[in-house]
Amino acid sequence: MMGVDLKAGAAAGQDLGAEGPVGESGRQAPGPSLSVPGRRRVERPGERAVPLVLALFGLASIGTTAGIVLVLVTEAVAFFRHVPVLEFLTGTRWTPLFVPRNFGVLPLVNGTLLVAAGAALVALPVGLATAVYLSEYAPTRVRRGLKPVLEVLAGVPTVVYGYFALTLVTPALRAVFPSAGVFNAASASLAMAVMILPMVASLSEDAMRAVPDSLRQGAFALGATRLEVATGVVLPAAFSGVAAACLLAVSRAVGETMIVAIAAGATARLTWNPLDSVQTMTGYLVQVSLGDTPHGSVEYQTLFAVGLLLFVMTLFLNLAARAMVGRFRQVYR
Amino acid sequence: MAVPRVAVAAGVMDRPAARRRRDRLAHGLFLAASLFGVVALALLLAGVALKGWSALSWTFLTSFPSRFPQQAGIRSAVGGSLWLLVLTGPMVFVWGVGAAIYLEEYARQGRLNRIIQANLSNLAGVPSIVYGLLGLALFVRVLALGRSLLAGALTMTLLLLPLVIVATQEAIRAVPKSLRDGALALGATRWQTVRLVVLPAAMPGILTGMILAVSRGLGETAPLIAIGALAFVAFTPSSPLDPFTVLPIQIFNWTSRPQEAFRELAAAGILVLLGVLLALNGLAAWLRDRAGRGA
Repeated sequence: MMGVDLKAGAAAGQDLGAEGPVGESGRQAPGPSLSVPGRRRVERPGERAVPLVLALFGLASIGTTAGIVLVLVTEAVAFFRHVPVLEFLTGTRWTPLFVPRNFGVLPLVNGTLLVAAGAALVALPVGLATAVYLSEYAPTRVRRGLKPVLEVLAGVPTVVYGYFALTLVTPALRAVFPSAGVFNAASASLAMAVMILPMVASLSEDAMRAVPDSLRQGAFALGATRLEVATGVVLPAAFSGVAAACLLAVSRAVGETMIVAIAAGATARLTWNPLDSVQTMTGYLVQVSLGDTPHGSVEYQTLFAVGLLLFVMTLFLNLAARAMVGRFRQVYR
Repeated sequence: MAVPRVAVAAGVMDRPAARRRRDRLAHGLFLAASLFGVVALALLLAGVALKGWSALSWTFLTSFPSRFPQQAGIRSAVGGSLWLLVLTGPMVFVWGVGAAIYLEEYARQGRLNRIIQANLSNLAGVPSIVYGLLGLALFVRVLALGRSLLAGALTMTLLLLPLVIVATQEAIRAVPKSLRDGALALGATRWQTVRLVVLPAAMPGILTGMILAVSRGLGETAPLIAIGALAFVAFTPSSPLDPFTVLPIQIFNWTSRPQEAFRELAAAGILVLLGVLLALNGLAAWLRDRAGRGA
């Protein structure tokens, strides 16, 4: 008897769950056998239409993704009729706006990776250290002071970071390294590091604070110092969240546009010297957008080919971040 | 008995004094790293304020852009930003809140819902300039809206939608189930419950999310450049089908010019933009606080 009851209960529970959070399945199913003669059930107008309309709103967000993929792929396919995919992906010269035209995207990828790597090199260690400090060391008063600063930094528009890079970081950089150009990758990297810093710090801190206190207390009871607790207990336990935060921040850096458009320059070239002027994928998109490119021209189509590559790169990073959270998450009770 | 891995990794076998010293050193380093952001923000604000303060004047706020720096202003840029705000705000509010209500109150917790959720978090990670390319192909070309305010507003709506949906979902989730149960027990239909009980209770959270999304939109530059918003507009738009510029694009335009006088104008524009954004963020924080106190 008990077994049967439990099963029935579980099944009912599943039904309720499937009906959604409000769960009024009983009232919403006016089957003929349930209707009481003489009491007409009043169907309110809209009660059925509303979920349909709202569902359309919900599905439209999938439509956005579909739209992005469709638009990028359609125009990129048109572009690849002029330029073979292999030439685009492996070519080392990018001069689509001048004759002789070359459509090798590697210089743009190189610029993007150079600037993003520079930003990550600064922002990841500093952001992680900030997160450890906020989560493991800072007194409440200091926390309350630091968190709003990070929030403000996260809210500063990217065009302002671009201005910051060109008018403050670049002159300082050129004072130290006279060989640096007016436009250079390092300056964009530094401004970008400040931009992604709040993201690394807050997401990592969230992951660290989610580690249960009992783990820390256990380590403290064994005589560990705060540093040992942070590096030996908290960081390993929060690893998935911290790694995801870093991947998302790098993805932001790869897709960031205005800082590089203002401060990195417009020279598509293969270089690993951060003091050189470079052009990133996003920087190229802005350069072409500012000009008047006729619809249907090859220049117009390059926008979408480069955009598709950018989209795929950031999507890959974002999916990797999600997989990280799913795969290495430790469940504490 | 094996020595715990943690102990070996952290060098617990060392003398206690050395370990304490290491802890103090790390504490100092972590604190210094935390101050990096503070110093960067202070430098940024000081640099902008020093350069832009003298250019900030009534003429600057009320003049159209000009080749002559002393006559140039942000009138058309502010006009464009306001237009964009007025067009984007209602669209993204209705659409975002509607989608969130569906996901939280109606959708079955099944596969489709999971796909929509995963899709939302991926959309939030798509670079904003890619939304600009979508707007360029879809709104500017296919719907033939041209490089108009309306095309810009639709692009911006798509960009801000994931933010508003996620913020609204969180606000709705925070409404206690007992409120819904009470309404349903009194005989309210599901939609009545949502409209008269859940939404009013979630409204402070929804508005906070809206304000943050709008301030993100006010600072966006790249997607609007991609759809072809103009850098030099010497008039205030008078209809949604007019060409336009916005404040961040005007700032970008002035920053890109080598002359010092235009850099000062850019700094003054940044002061105006940051002022508006800080005010909006303050408003959001105030709303959040008030809701937190149970008002």
